[in-house]
Amino acid sequence: MSEEDIIARLKENVIQGRKTQQDEGMDEKLSGTPGVVELTRLALEEKIPLEEIINKALTVGMRVVGEKFSTKEYFIPDMLASADAVGEAMDILKPLLEVSSIETKGKFAIATVKGDIHDIGKNIVAILLKGMGYEVNDLGTDVPTEKIIEFIKKESPDYLGLSALLTTTMTEMGVVIEALKDSGLRDRVKVLIGGAAVSDEYAQEIGADAYCVDSFHAIKVLDSFQRSEIN
Amino acid sequence: MPREGILVPNPYERITDEQVQQIHQASLQILVDPGLICFSKKAAEIFHSNGAEVTTASSGDNPCWHIKIPEKLVIEALDSAPKTVKLGARNPDNALIMKGDEPRVYFISGSETNIWLDVDFHTYVRKSDRSIEIKVPEFHPRRSTLADLCQSAHVCEHLETLDGYIRTVNIQDEDITEDNKDVNKFFASLNNTTKHFMSGLTKLEQLDNVVRMAELIAGGKEALKENPIISFITCLVKSPLQFVEDTTDTFIEVCQRGLPAVVSSSPQAGTTAPIKEAGIMAQINAEVLAGITLGQLVNKGTPLLYGSVPVRARMDTLGDSYGSVETSQYNIDCVQMARFYKIPNYSTSGVCDTKIPGQQASIERLFSDIVVTLSGPQYLHCAYGLLDGNAVFCLLQAVLDDAHFQMLKFFLKPARINQPELNEVLKQIREVVATPQKLYIGYIRQVMRSGEISAPYPFEGDGESDSVFALAYQRMNELLGKPVEHIAPDTTAKIFQEIPGLLPRLNVYRERK
Ligand code: B12
Repeated sequence: MSEEDIIARLKENVIQGRKTQQDEGMDEKLSGTPGVVELTRLALEEKIPLEEIINKALTVGMRVVGEKFSTKEYFIPDMLASADAVGEAMDILKPLLEVSSIETKGKFAIATVKGDIHDIGKNIVAILLKGMGYEVNDLGTDVPTEKIIEFIKKESPDYLGLSALLTTTMTEMGVVIEALKDSGLRDRVKVLIGGAAVSDEYAQEIGADAYCVDSFHAIKVLDSFQRSEIN
Repeated sequence: MPREGILVPNPYERITDEQVQQIHQASLQILVDPGLICFSKKAAEIFHSNGAEVTTASSGDNPCWHIKIPEKLVIEALDSAPKTVKLGARNPDNALIMKGDEPRVYFISGSETNIWLDVDFHTYVRKSDRSIEIKVPEFHPRRSTLADLCQSAHVCEHLETLDGYIRTVNIQDEDITEDNKDVNKFFASLNNTTKHFMSGLTKLEQLDNVVRMAELIAGGKEALKENPIISFITCLVKSPLQFVEDTTDTFIEVCQRGLPAVVSSSPQAGTTAPIKEAGIMAQINAEVLAGITLGQLVNKGTPLLYGSVPVRARMDTLGDSYGSVETSQYNIDCVQMARFYKIPNYSTSGVCDTKIPGQQASIERLFSDIVVTLSGPQYLHCAYGLLDGNAVFCLLQAVLDDAHFQMLKFFLKPARINQPELNEVLKQIREVVATPQKLYIGYIRQVMRSGEISAPYPFEGDGESDSVFALAYQRMNELLGKPVEHIAPDTTAKIFQEIPGLLPRLNVYRERK
């Protein structure tokens, strides 16, 4: 396969959201052929530059997916499959990225707070953000505040996402923010909250930086943070 | 005498006996491979000591166990699980008796929304002709409170078709804490309806207080056993195939006390279960069987309901789509599975995707209410008043729903066609045909008064405009004006003395200063 071929097929597989060769994808013609993971490895073997892989295949592919989503040709499952595939490719590229000058969009830690086991929404946010180029650390569900604080101390993520779906557990978000203040970490990390129980007002009440209705809203909010940082 | 509910004459079956068997077999295989992940230490120990293969696994920092449940344990549990379950009530005439092999349907409310929808009416004037006015309902969402829970129990007490009350809203008053939530939720509901009350538990530590309250009302420990006026719904399995720690521990304690519990599983086809019908069915059935097995291992013979809340994912948000047609298909499949095991079934219908009452809400609810009822589940969480998935409760909608359940109940009365009846009408036909007017009107009047003719739609207006909401609102207020039989003063006094955490404003006998 020529370099162009590999890049073209990689992009196509991102658009199709096919992570691996086994992935059934959505177009039967592709079944059994290499997916994003195999093609990314192949690209590396063929010594295709990192920038090419990321900019000409992964990012462009994701952009097409986004367009298809906004014209309602694609639905969330399609979007997530592509994001998941790109996320996996980024994991493969990660060791090389660290020694290169290319930067990720930032570190994003996410957790469902203590006492709460709902995780569908949290997982969707994690997959999408990873596919969008954030380095995502998923701390899981029912995560004690101490564990979140410890993680932030150690790993200094740029963003902390908290999810809660119960009115009895949403108060835990306020507890996390207070604990961040107490450990002098509040200024180091932007806190985004989400989940059925919470609202814009609640975010303000507990002093979170933003409330996100859904995962797409989260992308917009993060973009706006990035823009304000640049300005 | 228990409530009658409605016996479905020839229950609709979506899947064949062979398909039922295939699902059963697939579920048994799932219980062994891949088995379940269990975050409850207690449950893991119970399975282990009863011969299931239990190995330590780990998921991050949380300790967990991998459990393979052998067929033998499942079959024994299916054997010992009661085939008839009684849910009692403060008024014994409101008790529900459910037999796993009898398609008698009870209609039930539900379930713990955070949002309460208020309604008021505004008058609009036509721009081109200001003499024309119409009244339009406006809906206003707000966080639900204890007073709302009381109000909805009150109205549900008077909704004729509603057989049992599952708490409708989550109580979010400022003085409600995690510690006092359960006792207030239970008291508010039990004090405003004499029908059966079912709820989830927020805090396991409150179980004994809640049970003690029920004993005081029922007349003692034994009386509560005889007439279990409360029961519990526990989502102990999180799909796919994971026993959650807190709800599983609560479930174990409820089973130990021998109180009725629903083993409920709510996989979402597309996200937490396969999108294909065969897949979600094999999985949900395995999840419920796992719960039933645990319950029977804890306390052989403890009353359980086969609880199914399967739902398809919405493709645009990946939220639940209760309004989707597949959701009804899965529910009917589950009704058949439960009947195959002869264990009474808790099933779901009526929840809609729409956020406010209106045409879409009516269409979505009526569709699933009809088809799922026709399959004959015993305990149908048909969710009077529930909108927006599970997020919004509207009392006006509950009143509207009652009207369509009246129709459904009427429809399901057995056909009165028999020889004496035919002999009588043949005589009628001959007589009428011989008269000059040739009209049967003379024979209507007795029948009309016997309840044999269905009532007109109760919210039909008299003009050209649609008055459904206005009339239903009027009805709602009438029902709120009707008294309810509260718990007796002496029992109330005892409850307030013994049970900690009850808010004084719930005591209807309290002297107002
Ligand atoms: C599915 C579900 C479950 C599943 C969870 C499966 C899973 N793997 O998560 C199961 C059945 C296990 C479950 C269990 C329980 N549940 Co539940 N559950 C739901 C349900 C129906 C849907 C939630 C969901 O997944 N939605 C779909 C996803 C895609 O949406 P989402 O979570 O809102 O996430 C999106 C946004 O909110 C946002 N977002 C969310 N988090 C975050 C975080 C960040 C950082 C950002 C940026 C964005 C973001 O982006 C997401 C993607 O778009 C809700 C009802 C509802 N409408 O929310 C009830 C609901 C939340 N559950 C409820 C209850 C009561 C329970 C139980 C206590 C039931 C019981 N008695 O046992 C237990 C909880 C146990 C516990 N300790 O947590 C109540 C809560 C009421 C309350 N008290 O507040 C609800 C509202 C239902 C109801 N009306 O009764 N539940």
